[in-house]
Amino acid sequence: MHIPDGFVSDPVAIVGAATSVAVIGYAVVRCGRDLDERRVPLVGATAAFIFAMQMLNFPVAGGTSGHFLGAALAAILLGPWLGAVVMAVVLVVQALVFADGGVTALGVAILNMAVIATLVVGVLSRLVRAVVPPTRAGLLGVAAAGAWLSVMAAALATAVELGMSGTVPYGTVLPAMLGVHAVIGVGEAMITVAALSTVLATRPDLIDGGDRVQAGGQAAVAR
Amino acid sequence: MVAFILAALAVSVLCAALVSPFASSRPDGLERVAEDEGFSDAATVGAIQARSPVADYSVIGLGDDRWATGAAGLIGTLLVFGVVVLGGVVLRRIALFRADL
Repeated sequence: MHIPDGFVSDPVAIVGAATSVAVIGYAVVRCGRDLDERRVPLVGATAAFIFAMQMLNFPVAGGTSGHFLGAALAAILLGPWLGAVVMAVVLVVQALVFADGGVTALGVAILNMAVIATLVVGVLSRLVRAVVPPTRAGLLGVAAAGAWLSVMAAALATAVELGMSGTVPYGTVLPAMLGVHAVIGVGEAMITVAALSTVLATRPDLIDGGDRVQAGGQAAVAR
Repeated sequence: MVAFILAALAVSVLCAALVSPFASSRPDGLERVAEDEGFSDAATVGAIQARSPVADYSVIGLGDDRWATGAAGLIGTLLVFGVVVLGGVVLRRIALFRADL
């Protein structure tokens, strides 16, 4: 979903860029206020992990591949706002340094993968997790669903933008994008759960509420 | 904390440098849809982007193969780590400075 230049029209690119700048700009200011400097290396490691995993394309049906996005992982480990900033930084580096995704389309890509995927799903996940029991299964279940949803949300947004740009008809691009990303989303869920399981097993304190999950799990075993 | 971060970085670098060269080279979801629906030709690449020494995750001068991809992965992973850490420190210092005003 790293949209190349030329796939979206100028108006769509401009609106996407303006929205992204506003949201990510706000997120940066907000995170700067709340950021604990000791967490910075952890944030960096999360960003590095997401960048690395995005390079690992895996085959999905019919001559296509998918790759990890990382929006849900970023949102759960770092919170929705810091997660969005991290995703945006990864996307910017990918576009400017590795020519992965266009530069004029970068605002739209950030809107889809950093704002919509991370922020919206991150906030939703937090709400759901407030009512779901703080068990390991509960956390990982929400993570899996959030991961799948994040990929679908980004795919939907991309399809809508392609339609709005007149690049391809809505009726064609919507089922095509949603269809292939429904499969890719499963991979996203699996990798997200695997990564989170590892963090839960080693440093549960790094996850919002991870401490309670660990304690709850051990208490259940003790009973 | 340090151990955890080093482990996470190690996994990331290993994946990006050693696993990425073997990753699928099939078109990804969007690329595939673009090919199928006939709009992949609309893509353009900016002149500045094309001049990057690591464009398309391939380090210039290392050939067109696994070493080029692996090296790009190594560079990118460390670059992202560095940028985010630097950015985080700067951001925090700015916020502290403004709080003092």
